[in-house]
Amino acid sequence: MTHPDVWTIIIGLGIGTYLIRLSFIGLVGDRDMPPWLLRMLRYTPVAILPGLVTPMLIGQGATELEPSRLAAAVVTVAVGLVTRNVFYAIIAGMGLFVILGALGV
Amino acid sequence: MPRADLRSQFRRGFVDSLPFYLVVGPFGLIFGVIATEAGLNLVEVMGFSILVIAGASQLAALQLMSENAPTVIVLATALAVNMRMAMYSASLTPHIGKAPFWMRALAAYFLFDQPYALSMIDYEKEPERSAIEKITYFAGVGVPMSVVWYAATLAGALLGERIPGDIGLDFAVPITFLAVVAPMLKSLAHVAAAFTSVALVIVLGFMPYGSGLLVAALIALIVGAQVEIWTEKRKKGLVQ
Repeated sequence: MTHPDVWTIIIGLGIGTYLIRLSFIGLVGDRDMPPWLLRMLRYTPVAILPGLVTPMLIGQGATELEPSRLAAAVVTVAVGLVTRNVFYAIIAGMGLFVILGALGV
Repeated sequence: MPRADLRSQFRRGFVDSLPFYLVVGPFGLIFGVIATEAGLNLVEVMGFSILVIAGASQLAALQLMSENAPTVIVLATALAVNMRMAMYSASLTPHIGKAPFWMRALAAYFLFDQPYALSMIDYEKEPERSAIEKITYFAGVGVPMSVVWYAATLAGALLGERIPGDIGLDFAVPITFLAVVAPMLKSLAHVAAAFTSVALVIVLGFMPYGSGLLVAALIALIVGAQVEIWTEKRKKGLVQ
């Protein structure tokens, strides 16, 4: 790496990321937040994680969606919905992906 | 607070997080390999994983650095990738806000995707716990996982070019996140928020470096809350 500012980037990114993480838990603390905000915040995981995953599944530009990946993703969600168990869902999804990969699908 | 209770919270967090080591280990390994191949020395590679401790933003920074992007652009982009953690921080606050500041300041360091997501699942199952118990569960997920993250990065950096960069492990990341989300989809409002998130991320795909995700997530939060209000009103309407 010939980038001249490697340590500026590492330290700047480290401090900036820490302050982002500290923001609300550090500043708001045990002060009450308004009910409308709490209602919205309850949806944070389901509002972010699906969107975070989408580009990883359909690839940048949404062109190549491999059937084995789609199948594994669908099975993961289905098993997670039925069993309500994170571990079973991971095993089912990864298992199917590995098996389909071995079969050359 | 009896110590044994806190120890059991920590242990539960650790046990619940075990499946995620299937992802964190390989992801750390891959970061170590890619960063070393990009020309970073061992101290720089470890500096990233210890000081930043956020894999996706580390990879984004690495990518831009190898394209010789200006420092300001590298920092702005990688920080944008991590902005979602401000929302994590906000949504954890009602649960752990009553814990002493030093504990919250320490917890902030470990606030990455897995400890956040697993803790939220656990807090919803058993909401009536003290902030200290909840933050201890969070630490049970985050602290051991961080150690594995450092170790995996170190292994990747040492093995370097002997490991192929692409062995399909990238798929483990979306699978684990889907596995976390699916059990959370327990009402129409949750499903509506999830679909809004996916649809808008696709529509806003043109926006640079993860900023589309932030807009999509904010709108999805509003959709979730509005659908909840709407379903509550409808229920009341049916009863009366």
